[in-house]
Amino acid sequence: MKPVLSLRGISKSFPGVKALQGVQIDLFAGQVTALIGENGAGKSTIVKVLTGIYQPEEGTIEIDGKPVRFATAQDAQRAGVTAIHQETVLFDELSVAENIWLGHAPRTRLGLIDRRAMRAGAQRLLASIGATLNPDLRLGDLGIASKHLVAIARALSTEARVVILDEPTAALSHKEINELYDLVETLKAQGKAILFISHKFDEVFRIADRYTVFRDGQFIGAGAIADATEGQLVQMMVGRSVDQIFPQRSHNIGPPVLTVVGYNHPTEFADIGFTLHRGEILGFYGLVGAGRSEVMQALFGITTPSKGAVRIDDQVRVIRSTHEAIAAGIVYVPEDRGRQGAIRGLPIFQNVTLPSLTRTSRAGFLQLAEEFRLSREYTQRLDLRASSLDQELGLLSGGNQQKVVIAKWLATKPRVIILDEPTKGIDIGSKAAVHEFMAELAAEGLAVIMVSSEIPEVLGMSDRVIVMREGRIIDEVTGARMTPETLVRAAAGLAEAA
Amino acid sequence: MTLLKNREVLLALAILLLVILVAARFPAFVQPGNLVNVFNDTSPLILLAIGQMIVILTKCIDLSVAANLALCGMVAALMNGAGVPLPVILLLVVALGGVLGAVNGLLVWKLGIPSIVVTLGTMTIYRGIIFLMTNGAWVNAHQMTDAFKALPRTLIAGLPVMSWVAIVAIALFTVLLTRTPLGRAFYAVGGNPHAAVYTGINVGRTQFVAFVIAGALAGLTGYLWVARYAVAYVDIADGFELSVVAACVIGGVAIAGGAGSVAGAVLGALFLGVINNALPVVGISPFWQLAISGSAIVVAVAFNSSLNRKTGRIILKPVETK
Amino acid sequence: MTGIATGRTIPDRLQSRTYRALRSWETILLVVAVGVFVINSFASPHFLNAWNLSDATFNFTEKAMIAFAMAMLIIAGEIDLSVASIIALVSTAMGLAMQAGAGVPVLICVGLFTGLVCGALNGALVAGMGLPSIVVTIGTMSLFRGISYIVLGDQAFTGYPDGFDFFGQGYVWWVFSFELVLFAVLAVVFWLLLHRTNFGRAVYAIGNNATAAQFSGIRVARVRFILFLLTGLMSAIAAICLTSRLGSTRPSIATGFELEVVTMVVLGGVNILGGSGSIPGVVLAALIMGMVTFGFGLLNVPGIVMSIFLGLLLIGVIAVPRLLRGK
Repeated sequence: MKPVLSLRGISKSFPGVKALQGVQIDLFAGQVTALIGENGAGKSTIVKVLTGIYQPEEGTIEIDGKPVRFATAQDAQRAGVTAIHQETVLFDELSVAENIWLGHAPRTRLGLIDRRAMRAGAQRLLASIGATLNPDLRLGDLGIASKHLVAIARALSTEARVVILDEPTAALSHKEINELYDLVETLKAQGKAILFISHKFDEVFRIADRYTVFRDGQFIGAGAIADATEGQLVQMMVGRSVDQIFPQRSHNIGPPVLTVVGYNHPTEFADIGFTLHRGEILGFYGLVGAGRSEVMQALFGITTPSKGAVRIDDQVRVIRSTHEAIAAGIVYVPEDRGRQGAIRGLPIFQNVTLPSLTRTSRAGFLQLAEEFRLSREYTQRLDLRASSLDQELGLLSGGNQQKVVIAKWLATKPRVIILDEPTKGIDIGSKAAVHEFMAELAAEGLAVIMVSSEIPEVLGMSDRVIVMREGRIIDEVTGARMTPETLVRAAAGLAEAA
Repeated sequence: MTLLKNREVLLALAILLLVILVAARFPAFVQPGNLVNVFNDTSPLILLAIGQMIVILTKCIDLSVAANLALCGMVAALMNGAGVPLPVILLLVVALGGVLGAVNGLLVWKLGIPSIVVTLGTMTIYRGIIFLMTNGAWVNAHQMTDAFKALPRTLIAGLPVMSWVAIVAIALFTVLLTRTPLGRAFYAVGGNPHAAVYTGINVGRTQFVAFVIAGALAGLTGYLWVARYAVAYVDIADGFELSVVAACVIGGVAIAGGAGSVAGAVLGALFLGVINNALPVVGISPFWQLAISGSAIVVAVAFNSSLNRKTGRIILKPVETK
Repeated sequence: MTGIATGRTIPDRLQSRTYRALRSWETILLVVAVGVFVINSFASPHFLNAWNLSDATFNFTEKAMIAFAMAMLIIAGEIDLSVASIIALVSTAMGLAMQAGAGVPVLICVGLFTGLVCGALNGALVAGMGLPSIVVTIGTMSLFRGISYIVLGDQAFTGYPDGFDFFGQGYVWWVFSFELVLFAVLAVVFWLLLHRTNFGRAVYAIGNNATAAQFSGIRVARVRFILFLLTGLMSAIAAICLTSRLGSTRPSIATGFELEVVTMVVLGGVNILGGSGSIPGVVLAALIMGMVTFGFGLLNVPGIVMSIFLGLLLIGVIAVPRLLRGK
C-alpha cells in the first residue's frame, strides 16, 4: 500500500532549539497512525508543519507521491490536510454551521455565502457522524464534547483526506472518549488517513493501526501496532528502561496537619473531606476533569467553596484568597505552569521571592541581597540549572522553570504543599529530581498533596491515594489495594474486579 | 424568552421606551418629520459606528476616525473650492479615508503596534495635517458651491440623501458581515485569532481591511458632515471618536473582539442620537450630552460583561446540550 | 539552550548593573536629551537662559506628574485615558469650593479628594468589576469632563484666592519653581515606589502575568485599585498646579493631556502592553518633550505642529525598534 501523505527528512529549528531534525512520517488511507512522544518530542511542531503554519527548513512533503509545499494554512487545507486540536480551536461567537464552513462556505450565484446550503451541509455532515446538533446553535453554548463533533464535521466538510487528531481526548470524560473512538472508526471507514497524537498508551493500543515515535525532535521508529508491545514503545519514547525508579520513602507519618471537612462547590465538587498528615504524600488520582485541580484551587483560595471548612493543626482557617492560603501555610504548584506558575518576563530570583517579599524586605522596601540569598538557598536545593539568578525565567527549560516555581513555594516555609501534575511536560532528568525532592520534603515533615494522572507516579510516590470522579471522592486506596487496576477502575466508575 | 436575552432587542426596547417617555410630554417629538430629523442627525454616527464596530470585532480600536473625518471633510471642501466636480470629490474622499485607515492598518499589521497607540498617534497627526494645509483657516458656506452643500439634504422619497447613505451602509455591511467570507473572517479573527490562523485566515491582513473600511466610511462621512453643516475647520467632530466607541459599546460590541453586529452598533448610535435630540426638547442643556454618553458607556460595558460572565467548569452534573 | 552553570553555585548576576544600564533605553534617551539640549542652544540664542529654561519646565511638569502614575498603571497592564478629564473635574470642584468661599487649604483638600474619588471610581470598575480599563476610562473620560460642562457650560471660574497662585506660579528658590521642585520630589518618590518597594515588584509581576501573580499570593485587584487611586491623586495634584497657573477653570481645561501623558510614558520606554518600564525613562522623556516643545516655541512653530510631532514620536518610538529588529 502506498502512503497518502509522507514526510521525509523534515527539519525545523527555532532560535536555540532544533525542534525537528530530519523526521519522517507515512500516513495510509483508512488507517490510524499514532504519533507517540513525550512533551517536547516535536509532536506539536510536526502538526504545524503539516497544517502549513510552519514551513520546514529541510525535507519534503509528498501527497500521493507528488511533492507539495504548504506555504499557508489554506494550502494545506486545499491539499486535504486538516487538524483537530487539543483544545478544539473554533469560534464561540459563530454558529455550528458557520464553524463547520468557515473559510470554504458554499456560495450563491451572487458570491454570497449560501446559508441554506451551509445549514443543510452541516446537518448532513453532523448526521454522518451520528450527531444531532442544531446547526444554528452558537458554538459557545455547547459542551466540549459537542465542540469536538463540530470540529470533526468541519474536518469532513473540507473533504480532507488526512485528519490530524491532536491529543483529542485530553479534556474528555470517559464516555466522551468512547464516542470519539467510534468517530475515529467512522473516519477510518470513510478512508481517511488519520494521524492520532497521544501519549496515552491504552488509547494508542485501542485505536491505532500503526505507530511512529519521536524523541527530542528525532524520528526513532515506526511500525504496526500489532507487532509492538507497550514496553517497546515506552522504551523508544523515553530512551531508557521502562522501570521508572522512584526514590525510597521513609513513610514516617506524623499527626494530622490539614483537615478538610464537607467541602462543596456549586458546579465543581461535592462532599470533599480528607485528612493529611505530617510527612505524608497523599496522591489524588482521577481522569482529567474529575475535579481534582478544582478542589486544590479552592484550598488555595482561587475559588470559594460554598460550604465546608479547612483546619490546619486543628485551627479553622478561612481561605478566601491566595494571600490567606499562603498565610495559613498552604501553597500550590499549579498544573498550568506557563499561565499560573512562572512569570517568564521576571528574573529567577524575583519569581522565587514574590510570595516571600514581606520576609525579605524591610518596611516595604526591597532588600536585594536578602532576595538573592533566599532564592539561592532554595534553587540550589532543587539543583536548578541556570547561568545566573538574574536570568529571565522564560529562558530556562520547562523542567528548570518548574524547579523555580517549587523553590518559590518552599521559600515561604509552608505546612502543606500541593503539587498539581508536578512532572507534566518536563524532561526525564528533571522529573526524577522533582520526585526525589518530594520524598525529601515529606521526610522533613512537610505534608504533601500530589495530583497526578500518571499511574506509575501516583503509585510510586504516594502513601495513600484518593480517587476522584465527577467532582466527588469515590475511593481511598491504601496498602495492598494500591494497584494500577484499582485506580483505573475506580476512576472510570467500574466495579472492582473480584 | 430568548428574544429578551438578545441584546439588540433589549436595546431597541430601551430606545422605544425613551421615545415614548419623551413623547408623553412632548408629542411633537414623535411626528414623522422630527423622527426623520433624529435619524438624519444620527447618520454620521451610524456610519462611523459601523466602521468602528468592524475594527473592534478584530480586537482593535480606531481612535482616529473623527480626525480622519475632519481631514477628509476639509479636503472635500478645498477640492470643491478648486472646482473639482462633485462625483470626483466623493470618490476621492472615500479613497483618502481608506488610505488614512490603511496607514493605521499597516502599522498594526506589519509592525504589530497596538492599535490604541497607533490611532492615538494618527489622531493628532491627521488633525495636524488639516492645520498644515489651511494654516488654521476655515472654509465657510459662501466658499462652497450650492451643489456641494445641497447633496446631503436632497430629499429622495421623503428622506435626505444623508439618511439614505446610512441606510445603504447598514444594508451593505449587514450583508458583508453575515453573508461573505470576509465578514465571517472579522468575527473569527477577533473571537479566536489562534484558531483563525489554522482556518487559513490571515489575522493581520483582516485587521488591515477592517481599518481600511472604517477609514473609507469616515472619509465619506467627512464630506457629508462638511456639506451639511457648510463649514470646515481643524476641530470639526472633535471628540466624536468617543461617541463612536460609545455607540459600539452600548450596542453590545465586545471590546475584546469577536462579538457584535451592525444592528447593535446602529441601535447604539440611535440611542445616543435620540438622547441628544431629546435633551433640548425636554429642556435640558446640551452640556449634559457628554456626561450622559460617558455614563452610558460605563453602564453598557458593565451590563455586557455581566451578560458574558463566564460560567465555571461544570463537573458535578455534566450537562449535555440538547 | 540554557546556560549551564558548572558547579553548584549560581551567581547573582552575570552582567554588572552598570553594563546593563549602559545598554538600556534610558541611555539612548539621555543621549537624545543631551542632543536636543545642544541643538536648541545653537538654534536659538534665548535658549540658554536660566529664566527661560525655568519657564519652559511648566510645559511638562504637570503632565509628567501624571505620567509617573500612568507609567505604573501601564506597567501593570492597565491604562487610564480619563486623566485629563479628572483634571477638569478637580478644577471645577475647586472652583465650586472657591465660590462657596473656601480658603486655600480647603481648596487643596477638595481638589485631592475629588481626584481620589475619580480614581476610586475607575478602580472599582476595573479592579472590582473586572471591566477592561480602556473602555471604562473612555467612558469616565466623557463622564468627568461632562460633569464639568454641566456645572460650567460656557462659563469659567476665575478669581482664585490670594496664595493659591503659588502652586502654579510660585518659586521655591531662585529659578526653581514650586512645580519643578514638586516634579523632582515626585520623581524620587515614584522611583522609590516602583523600583525599591514590594508594591513596585507586585506591579511588574501583575504586568507580566496577572494570573501567576495572583497564584503567588499577590492581591492583584487591590494593587490595581491602588494604582487607579494613585493616578487620580496625581491628576488632582496636576489639576491644582494647572488651575493655579492659569488662574481660571474652564471645562475644556487640559484637553488632550491624556495623549501627551501616554506619549511621555511610551517614549520613556514603558511597554504599552505592560510588564516593563522605568521611572528614570519617564523623567528623561518628559525632559525631552519639554525641551522640544520649548525649542519649537522659540522658533515660533505653532502648537498643533508640535502635536503632529508628538503623534509621530509616539508611533516612531515603538515602530523604529520593531523595524530594526526586522519585525
